[in-house]
Amino acid sequence: MTTPPLTQRPRRLFTTNHNTLAKNYLLLALIAVITGTLLSLLMRLHRTWPDLAFPIHGIIRPEDYLALVTMHGTLMVFFVLTVVPQSAFPNLVLAAQIGSDRMAFPRLNAAAFWITALSLLTLLAAFFVPEGAPISGWTSYPPLSALAAAGPGQATGMDLWLIAITLFCLAAVLSSINFLATIAVCRAQGLTWTRLPLTVWSWLVSSGLTVIAFSALFIAAALLLADRHFGTSFFLPAGMVINGIPQALGSKAWGTGSPMLWLHLFWFFGHPEVYITILPGMGLASSILANFTRRPVPAYRMMIIATLLIGVLGLGVWGHHMFVSGMNPYAGTAFGLTTIAISVPSSAEVLTWLVMLFRGRMQLTTPMLFTLGFLSFFIAGGLTGPILAQPALDAYLHNTFFIVAHFHLVMAMAGVFSIFAGIYYWYPLLTGRRMNELLGKIHFWISLVAAYGTFFPMHLSGLAGEPRHYAQLAGPVESFTRLIPVERGITWSAFLLAAAQLIFLFNLFWSARRGTPASPNPWRATTLEWSPLPHPTVTSRPYEYGPAAGQSGDFHPQWEPEKPF
Amino acid sequence: MNWLPTNGALHGVALDHLLAWNLAVIVGLCIAAHVLIVAAFLFRRARKSESPVASRTRANLRPHLLFEFVILIALTALYLGMDITGHKLWAAIREQPGSAQPIQVEVTGVQFQWYFRYPGPDAIYGATKPGLVSAPTGNPLGLDPADPHSADDIVSAILILPAGQPVNITLRSQDVIHGFFVPGMRLKQDAIPGMDGDLQFTPTTPGDYVILCSQVCGLGHSRMQAGLRVVPQAEFEKWLAAREQSILNTNAARGAQ
Ligand code: HEM
Ligand SMILES: [Cu+2]
Ligand SMILES: [Cu+2]
Repeated sequence: MTTPPLTQRPRRLFTTNHNTLAKNYLLLALIAVITGTLLSLLMRLHRTWPDLAFPIHGIIRPEDYLALVTMHGTLMVFFVLTVVPQSAFPNLVLAAQIGSDRMAFPRLNAAAFWITALSLLTLLAAFFVPEGAPISGWTSYPPLSALAAAGPGQATGMDLWLIAITLFCLAAVLSSINFLATIAVCRAQGLTWTRLPLTVWSWLVSSGLTVIAFSALFIAAALLLADRHFGTSFFLPAGMVINGIPQALGSKAWGTGSPMLWLHLFWFFGHPEVYITILPGMGLASSILANFTRRPVPAYRMMIIATLLIGVLGLGVWGHHMFVSGMNPYAGTAFGLTTIAISVPSSAEVLTWLVMLFRGRMQLTTPMLFTLGFLSFFIAGGLTGPILAQPALDAYLHNTFFIVAHFHLVMAMAGVFSIFAGIYYWYPLLTGRRMNELLGKIHFWISLVAAYGTFFPMHLSGLAGEPRHYAQLAGPVESFTRLIPVERGITWSAFLLAAAQLIFLFNLFWSARRGTPASPNPWRATTLEWSPLPHPTVTSRPYEYGPAAGQSGDFHPQWEPEKPF
Repeated sequence: MNWLPTNGALHGVALDHLLAWNLAVIVGLCIAAHVLIVAAFLFRRARKSESPVASRTRANLRPHLLFEFVILIALTALYLGMDITGHKLWAAIREQPGSAQPIQVEVTGVQFQWYFRYPGPDAIYGATKPGLVSAPTGNPLGLDPADPHSADDIVSAILILPAGQPVNITLRSQDVIHGFFVPGMRLKQDAIPGMDGDLQFTPTTPGDYVILCSQVCGLGHSRMQAGLRVVPQAEFEKWLAAREQSILNTNAARGAQ
């Protein structure tokens, strides 16, 4: 390890030390994920037992449900699935994996954390303002998100949401600029592009995507704020009537915009965002599979190419979120085709992982189990992609629970399982100890079963025509009655899923004090974050696992000079 | 597939069919992948140890990579096949030639209600004005009485259509984005304020279908529902004539005042 464990170092509040920042980011994400999960449980309770009254608040009103969905989605997408893989993990290991003890722009990096923290506080404040949190969903389509009169929560609550998102975008771009520069200039001697671990390649691509995508969202959010407060109408057409009151009849120039502009800008961000959240997990999956099958990543260069292709193609598929928006049908066909194109490199990565499972000897450590879980969710959720990429079929499934199932599997559960894999794997770097393996395995098996129990049946609700964002079950009568038991099962599973996370929380804090002390390279890994030397010279490829003639042990760490055969 | 609500539209037959085989294919692929994962998991100890020299060298990788490459090509072909069949159906749905004279209906989403407007005998929708919108006085769409085309327009809270006739829908919104979703007709499109959406379909089976809103539009989103009633042609004409007559009567009464 290049740096001593954090617990041994005095913590300064405004540190620029990236390891401390990683820990701060993890704590921030922990607050977000606990809040976000509690909100989702409230939603499930309400959907299943609509008349249930809660202490203090009473019954959940329809607008409360929408506020819950909006805040849940926003917390989870931005503050959990983006923050952990794209901020916490790179702060924890990116520099170390390229043999550096510093980042290119440490102050910029630290500033990004504080802006993120401010963003989270701003977002959470929306619960406490009059009328409460916004209700327009994490995609915040105008005019609902542009006009305070359009619904409760759309006044101050919506403003806070937009300010929080603007801040978040700023932080994401700043920290990604630091990562890009760090990868470009801080690599150890001998660490050529084809000797980089695939995690580093992933962060290179996801950081590039972050700069592009979050800039688009930054602009969109700023323009929407302008529409709300400075009399512009980027997203607003003329002729709207809310509650019988015509909007802005007075000004002639007002009302020349279109909500379609927001849809394009938002999804130009939104689709790359999906890859920003999952690419680091894909890189980590390759590393962990190599580590625990004790074999190199086959087709290492192809994996790099696939990662780059996903990054590039990912910028050209946003329209698949807009098939039914009234966009030109030919555009639908085009975006369907680009989406099919991107499923090819994604499939290539999955096939490589499957091949890896059949080589060497699999060691079922907790990080390995969670990686297998990641693989399972990525496949189960990803395969519905080529269905949803067909405008004709998506026109039935769009905005139903089928979509909720799709993204909770491929993005939420795959993402969260890869986050768990990373935490169990890198925990020794954080604390100098290992997390308890038995608790880890129990955590894994319950979570796996409960996650499928929660999100798989949502496909059925979606097929039955149940729209998302519905405070109560509705839909065509015949399919609807069949859904009631399914919906109950989902809710029970969701509670089991949430309860299983208590095992993780306990393990996380308990092991920091009581865990088995970890040796310097506890997983017998090859990549540089486990290096005992501060400035290694690299002569070998990243995943040299497996026995080789003339060598003792079954791996060759990147920090050791290559022994001649 | 009996999870889907009963289909009542012409294109729905092909759509359900396409969806069914697509689902079958991906469920198959998903199971195949999981069989591999579980097999690797269960038989992890049974593997014979590879020869030490070979294991880290590239030559040993070739059979694996060949396998991977072949499967990847096959998957690409499959995805393309799905894309092409999907596109054909999409083209058939969206580029329906107006062979028969389609029935014209305008659908307007308003927080939290759907309104349906038939243009009447003149086949032209009368002008609407935001300033005239007033649901309490019976003019929810803001029809402009100064426009002669609006006099014969029928505004309804339920969508009634004849079976077997192509329908052309003009989709509008008065306030925020709504999603016009008729699960039984396998039909969905967003109503975007400031834009005129355009949708074609042919209901085939008489019956009652539910119309939902599929795009979050405010606190009443989940109760923004309406009915679609598909009736035999004769019944439809009778209904239309009756509505037309009652509008003429009201107009005449207004004129007499
Ligand atoms: C305990 C685990 C979880 C449960 C039970 C859960 C449940 C739900 C429910 C019930 C909805 C609302 C569906 C609707 O009515 O439209 C929802 C929406 C959503 N969830 Fe989750 N969820 C969980 C975890 C996650 C995670 C980890 C993510 C991270 C990506 C996530 C992302 C989202 C998003 C983006 C939405 C859509 C929000 C919107 O439309 O504004 N969820 N979830
Ligand atoms: Cu997308
Ligand atoms: Cu709605």
